[in-house]
Amino acid sequence: MLVNMNLRYLLIPATFLLSNSVQTEQTKINPKDPTEPYYSWKMENYSIKQPIGGRLGNAERGKKVVIDRNRGNCLACHSMPIPEEPFHGTIGPSLNGLASRLNEAQIRLRVVDEQQINPMSIMPGYYRDPKLYRRVLWEYEGQTLLGAQDVEDVVAYLATLK
Amino acid sequence: MPALKQKIAISLLLLSITPSVLSSELKSGYEFLTPMSREMQDDEFSNPGMSTVDKGRNLFNEKGVNDKTCADCHGKEGEIFNAKSLARYPIYDDDENRPITLQEKINLCGEDQLDNVPYVPECIDLVALETFVRYLARGEAINVDISGPMKKHYDAGEKLYFSRIGQYGMSCAHCHVYNQGKKLRGQTLSQGQTNGFPEYRLGPGKVVGIHTRVQECFSSFRAEPYGLGSEELINLEVYLNAKGNSLKVETPAVRY
Repeated sequence: MLVNMNLRYLLIPATFLLSNSVQTEQTKINPKDPTEPYYSWKMENYSIKQPIGGRLGNAERGKKVVIDRNRGNCLACHSMPIPEEPFHGTIGPSLNGLASRLNEAQIRLRVVDEQQINPMSIMPGYYRDPKLYRRVLWEYEGQTLLGAQDVEDVVAYLATLK
Repeated sequence: MPALKQKIAISLLLLSITPSVLSSELKSGYEFLTPMSREMQDDEFSNPGMSTVDKGRNLFNEKGVNDKTCADCHGKEGEIFNAKSLARYPIYDDDENRPITLQEKINLCGEDQLDNVPYVPECIDLVALETFVRYLARGEAINVDISGPMKKHYDAGEKLYFSRIGQYGMSCAHCHVYNQGKKLRGQTLSQGQTNGFPEYRLGPGKVVGIHTRVQECFSSFRAEPYGLGSEELINLEVYLNAKGNSLKVETPAVRY
């Protein structure tokens, strides 16, 4: 009985490894450069004034990041003025007219780490210190969700939503 | 005294906010389906999960190492089972000193009675057997006993359910408690009830058990999943099933 039991637990890691190999395919699409360092940022008055890593955002590229399911994937939860993409989520507020409610620095904090404003929020922090994450899938260990350039591109795009 | 009054006022305020989300009515995943998928589940001829039930029934009547079959004790159609006791898993096992899931019970029974080598958790054959056995309790109210030594495991499962993990830093509760009923892209978030498991999933097109489904959730928010049949997932299964106590068993359910 005891021997049989042990056999069963030996088999568990085998299936676990199998399930991981399925994941790898999906992650290769992630275009984020893993060698990029983490640039720390400072929250002031519920906003981040300095661009992350001093990058200059580009709204056109930002729109692509917003739509990309492996990067921003913003449409999963938010409705946005992108009618060519079907099925916008309803978990978060609509981002139509966002830029008439918030300035660029305020938008930046919400993209970087929404949980600074609402600790209960489901929204992932797209540029939190990787040290704060728990039990991250090994492919993503030590990485932020988006690269510094992607964050700035998204902020630039969202700032156009007047 | 004003401090006390303040405390009472604050707790009353908190009470009025939180229960509206936390104690909302139990809803099976069935209620979040489109009418077409509901029809598919209800009609046993169109429910794709039924072929897994048949596969399970065949295995149930297959000879083990010592030439005995499950059916020798439980009847060819499993008719000797008490449906009520099938709806109460996971149960506490005094020999193992921990909760055991229905899959594990099937494995233990196979070892003890048929001298079989246990199946790997969540493998196709074991899921088929579980689907067949759980199907016999269709319509029965889920009834997991979380008193006594089970409480500790229920609490551990609950803690995991509410813990943020992974690169997305989400917990199960963020979708299935705080945002149930809302749309994640085209999909409606359900309460994540487990009364239909093992269930037929329309996406991957196969019948899966709870642990496989939960692993997929974890990977989707980029968290290192816990192993199939691991202590953590067994605790989570205790919590999930008990959370749905009084919902009716729907195995094999049709879900997205």
